Amino acid sequence: MTVFGVPTQALFGQLLIGLINGAFYAMLSLGLSVIFGLLNIINFTHGAQYMMGAFAAYFVLQWAGLGYWWALLIAPIAVGVTGIVLERTTLKRLYQLDHLYGLLLTFGFALIIQGLFRHQYGSSGLPYPMPRELAGGQNLGFMFLPNYRAWVIVFSLAVCLTTWYVIERTRLGAYLRAATENPALVQAFGINVPRMITLTYGFGVGLAGLAGVLAAPIYQVNPLMGADLIIVVFAVVVIGGLGSIMGSIVTGFGLGVVEGFTKVFYPEASNTVIFVIMALVLLVRPTGLFGRSS
Amino acid sequence: MTTATGQYVETALPSIAGASTSRVVAFGVMTAALVIAPFFVYPVFLMKALCFALFACAFNLLIGYVGLLSFGHAVFLGSAGYGAAHSAKVWGFTPELAIVFGTAVATVLGVVIGALAIRSKGIYFANITLAFAQMVYFFSLQAGFTGGEDGIQSVPRGTMLGVLNLRDTLTLYFVVLGIFLGGFLLIYRAIHSPFGQVLKAIRENEPRAISLGYRAEQYKLLAFVLSATFAGLAGATKALVFQLASLTDVHWTMSGEVVLMTLLGGLGTVFGPVVGAFVVIALENYLAQLGAWVTIVQGVIFVVCVLTFRRGIVGELGHVLRKSL
Repeated sequence: MTVFGVPTQALFGQLLIGLINGAFYAMLSLGLSVIFGLLNIINFTHGAQYMMGAFAAYFVLQWAGLGYWWALLIAPIAVGVTGIVLERTTLKRLYQLDHLYGLLLTFGFALIIQGLFRHQYGSSGLPYPMPRELAGGQNLGFMFLPNYRAWVIVFSLAVCLTTWYVIERTRLGAYLRAATENPALVQAFGINVPRMITLTYGFGVGLAGLAGVLAAPIYQVNPLMGADLIIVVFAVVVIGGLGSIMGSIVTGFGLGVVEGFTKVFYPEASNTVIFVIMALVLLVRPTGLFGRSS
Repeated sequence: MTTATGQYVETALPSIAGASTSRVVAFGVMTAALVIAPFFVYPVFLMKALCFALFACAFNLLIGYVGLLSFGHAVFLGSAGYGAAHSAKVWGFTPELAIVFGTAVATVLGVVIGALAIRSKGIYFANITLAFAQMVYFFSLQAGFTGGEDGIQSVPRGTMLGVLNLRDTLTLYFVVLGIFLGGFLLIYRAIHSPFGQVLKAIRENEPRAISLGYRAEQYKLLAFVLSATFAGLAGATKALVFQLASLTDVHWTMSGEVVLMTLLGGLGTVFGPVVGAFVVIALENYLAQLGAWVTIVQGVIFVVCVLTFRRGIVGELGHVLRKSL
C-alpha cells in the first residue's frame, strides 16, 4: 500500500516520530510561553533544564533506586525548585532592565549547566531503561505502535491541555493573565505578584524537566540533549506567537508532524523546514500565527 | 533624509559626534601595540584575535547603536568564510578577490535575513536571527561545496595584489592588521556620522524618529547589512588566515561567543569589542586543554557581566576616567 509513491508503513512511522517530536516541542514551547508571558524573558536555560529533568530521572534511579513513575513526579519538582532558586537569586534583579539582559543571563546559565554536566558525564549519553509497564507495543495492522511512544504523546497532550485549562479557565489562571497585562494593578488588588512570578518560572522550568523525563527512555540521557533542541523550540515559539498558550501547543504538535512528513518526502529539508516555515510566517504575520499584535 | 536634517542632528549632539581626544589617544595606543605585538606574541593568535575583534565591532554596531541583539551573527562570519575559501581554492581567486567575494556573500545574506528580521524587536529579533542562523548552519552541513563536517581545508593564501606574499606569516599579519584597522575606522565613521545619529535616535525613541520623517526600517536594515558586511569581512579574512572554513564558524555557539566578547568589553563602546575579543580568545587559548571548562568559564563571564558588570571592561574604565571610549 502506498500514498504518493511512499509506503504507508514509512508514512505512519514518520508521523509517529513527528508526533513524538511535536510532543516535546509543545511541552517546551508551552513552558517558554508561560514564562515569557509573565517575566518577559526568553528562558535560554530551558534546554539545559530539559536535560536536567532527564538527569534527575537518572539520579533518582541510580541513587534511590526509584523507577520511572517516581521520576515522573520527583524530577519536575526538583528541576522546578532549581528554577525557583535561580529566579529568586538572580533573574529578579533584572526585571527593571532591558529584557535582553534576561536572555543573556539565562544563556550564561545554560552554558554553565551544560558545561558542568558534560565535564562530569562526557557527551556520549547514559542509557535509561524503558519502564516495564510500557514495554512492547501494539500491531495496528498498518503499523507497529510502541506503547511507550503512545504514552508520551497522550501524556504530554494531557499535560498541555491541563495547563491551557488552568491558565485560560480558572481563577488562578485569571490572576496570571491579569498580571501579564498589568502587574502593578494586580498587585494593588492584593495579589502577591513577585511570588506569582517566581512560581510561574518554577512551573515553566518544571515542564521542561518533565519533558526531559519523558525523553530519557527514548533519547538516552545526554548533557547536550537540550542544546540544539531549544533552538528549534525557539522557532516553534516564534511561529506560534510568543506568549500564546494554545499557539504553543498547536504549533508544537503541528510542526513536529510537518517535520516528520518532510523526512518522508524531501529528507534533505527535514532539519530546516521549521525555520523555512518561520520565515514564511514572519512575512505574513510578524507576531506569529496565534500572537497578538503588539 | 536631506543633508540639512543630517547636519542639524550632527550639531545638536556635538559631544557624541567627532573624535574626542581620549579616543584618538586610545586609537594610537591600540595601533602602536598591535604593530609591535607580533614581535613578542605568537602572530597566529594575534590574527585570530584581530578577526574576532572586527567581528565583535561589527556586532556592536548593531547592538550598541541600534539596540538590536542578533543571536545569529555567526551566519555572516561563517558564510563569508565559505565564500572566500571556496573561491580561493576551487575558482583560484586571488586573496583580495576571495575576501571581497566572501564579504559579498555575507552582505547578500545580510540583506535577505535583515529584511525579514528587522520588522521585529528585542527578544523576537534575537530569536528570529538565531533561527535563520540555524537554517544556514543546516544548509552548510548538507551542501556539497562546504565539505560538510570536514569544512573546506588547506585554502591557499596566495599573493595579495600581486606583491604581498601571504605565505609569510608576518606579511599576513600586517595585511590582517590593515583589514582590521580599515574595518574598525569605517565602523567608527558610520557610527559617528549623521546616519549613526539617526540610528541612535531610533534606538532611543522609534515612534518619535518616525514622526520626524525618518524611515526607521530602512535605517535599521542598512545598519544590519553594514554589520553583516563587516562580520563577513572578518570571516573571509579568518578563512585565509587559518586556511580553513568550517561549521564551527556558522554554529550558534559562535553567535553566542561574539555576544560574550562585546558584552565583556562593553556594549556600545568603541574599543570594548576589541578588548573583549582579545580577552575571550586569550581565555579560550589558555583553557583549550580543559575541554568543557571553556563553556563553563564563558557561562560564568556571562552571568557576572549581566549581574554586576553591565558596562563591560572599557565601559567601566571610561566611567572611572569620565571619558567616553
